[in-house]
Amino acid sequence: MSASAEATVLITHEVGLHARPSVKFTKLAKTFSAEVEVALAANGPWFDAKSIVKVMAAKAPKGTVLHIRAKGDGAGEAVGALVELVRRDFDEGVGHARTA
Amino acid sequence: MPEPLRLQGISASAGYAEGPLFNLDPVLARYDRKATAADERLALETAIGTATGRLAKLIEATEGDAADILEFQLAMLEDDVLTGPAFAAIDSGQPADAAWRQALDAEIAGYETSDQEYFRARAADMRDIRDQVLRALTADSEAAAPAGAIFYGEDIAPTRFLETDWSSGGGIALKAGSAASHVAMLARSRGVPMVVGLGASPADLAGVALLDAEHGGIVLAPSKAEIEAFRLLSSSFAARRNRAETFLARPAATKAGTAVRVQVNIADPSDVDSIDVSTCDGVGLMRTEFLFGKTLPDEETQYRAYRKVLEWAGDKPVTIRTVDAGGDKPVPGFTVEEGNPFLGLRGIRLSLARPEVFRVQIRALLRAAVHGNLKVMFPMIAVSDEYRRAAALFSEEQAALAARGVAQKMPPLGIMVEVPSVAIAPEAFAEVAFFSIGSNDLTQYVMAAARDNASVAHLNSVKHPAVLRLIASVAVFGRAQGIPVSLCGDAGGDPATIPALLEAGLRDLSVVPAQLAMAKAAIADVAI
Repeated sequence: MSASAEATVLITHEVGLHARPSVKFTKLAKTFSAEVEVALAANGPWFDAKSIVKVMAAKAPKGTVLHIRAKGDGAGEAVGALVELVRRDFDEGVGHARTA
Repeated sequence: MPEPLRLQGISASAGYAEGPLFNLDPVLARYDRKATAADERLALETAIGTATGRLAKLIEATEGDAADILEFQLAMLEDDVLTGPAFAAIDSGQPADAAWRQALDAEIAGYETSDQEYFRARAADMRDIRDQVLRALTADSEAAAPAGAIFYGEDIAPTRFLETDWSSGGGIALKAGSAASHVAMLARSRGVPMVVGLGASPADLAGVALLDAEHGGIVLAPSKAEIEAFRLLSSSFAARRNRAETFLARPAATKAGTAVRVQVNIADPSDVDSIDVSTCDGVGLMRTEFLFGKTLPDEETQYRAYRKVLEWAGDKPVTIRTVDAGGDKPVPGFTVEEGNPFLGLRGIRLSLARPEVFRVQIRALLRAAVHGNLKVMFPMIAVSDEYRRAAALFSEEQAALAARGVAQKMPPLGIMVEVPSVAIAPEAFAEVAFFSIGSNDLTQYVMAAARDNASVAHLNSVKHPAVLRLIASVAVFGRAQGIPVSLCGDAGGDPATIPALLEAGLRDLSVVPAQLAMAKAAIADVAI
């Protein structure tokens, strides 16, 4: 029986799960061998969390509750790490999104 | 000598550039078909490898926002979900170039048709990715632009921007493009002048051009006199900008210490993405015409747009103007064809004539009001009855929303002062919450000189005593009645006009974001 895990986290980053945050998110997801997916609602649709094309296509703006689930080896760690990344605002300082 | 040609667009990054035009629109070289599908696959794999290698090299040489953009492109290019459909098309008999183009065009179309400006702007990144691989496939090298060139074309790729040495000047003039694009963001942070939305024009343009990205225009094949006038503007801009930057972060005040509120005018919610909210006193004018493009916008789309700006502003005021269609801003399916549109069914007149459209906007505003410090104003008010009818619609819709249990709030309702009847007899409007002087329209109606007609441009001056006297009398009336008075026309951001406006009694101006620093600097020079 393989492990599985699921959690939700609120996106507080100014531009949402887009360009720069989505690069960080998919890079982190790829470090786990578990199958990881994200969705904007509990009943899906679910997107491959390791594909930046799919994650961008989810169009998750600021204020979205992101659902993350994983299946397989290290599923719990994968979900935990990704939730933490979103909660830490993708390790970006306040106002970083509008430095231009 | 060809005739000078002036094109008008939208400023995406203020500044001036004089230089030779360089055509951006690529003519891609021919692709030679390979013998087998396996060879086609190999050709595409090699081209993607070349493009990723080039991006990785470029990333090493850049930092900050620019590196982030390249990282995003690299991650996209390394994603099998992006490249998979192209390889599948090759397996079914397509040549590599057509397969790649089709796969990417499908992805690009998804971004281009998004209802969010942010996603539409990412289409430029996707086109950049497509073209990098196509160039590698066809072994086509980009022609180098001369130093100080003005890049002119449909759109510009972020990698092209980053590979260009801007130290010897130059600028960007785009027929399409977006002020929310990655390139626009980079151009602003690096001080590269850039104009977008110039529209279609003759294709065979060449020679020296003058790019005025402060006002959003370009002059092609300029005359000697135009070049001289341009150079004066350009050097005065450089001097003003250097000085102005020191004023941006501080609250505006005159030489004598009189505080002046300076807010910003915005035309699209994404405009606020590049403004530091601490540098302004709120939004003095948010236009809503952008929502009324090809189709009439639904309530949810409007609500989201208003809410975004209100949340950005925090507790600072955001003054949203109900739709000001008509005049020079026709909307298909909404405005009507008229012989004299500036004196016809426009602004509040049109909204009251089409209450079913107006009520949708009113509901979106009432719902958005709970998310910040919203104020709402009506354009083109001429008599007080128009204000009362519009306010009554707000009350009706508020009651209906409350009955349905929807969260809502009644914002203060004010009016634009742009029809002379209001400026001459403001006492008819003692009940409004605030006045906002629209100096562009007020001037053109007082002087009977259209603002878009060059042959009467000399008459269209806000500094004519007749216009200034009206502004002063509204300011006096407002003070006596305790009704706030502000000004949100172009004059508010014009350093040459600001002294006269403060002398007329105004203490509240709203300017386009690019003029914020300059307006504050000009205010600091006034002795009042």
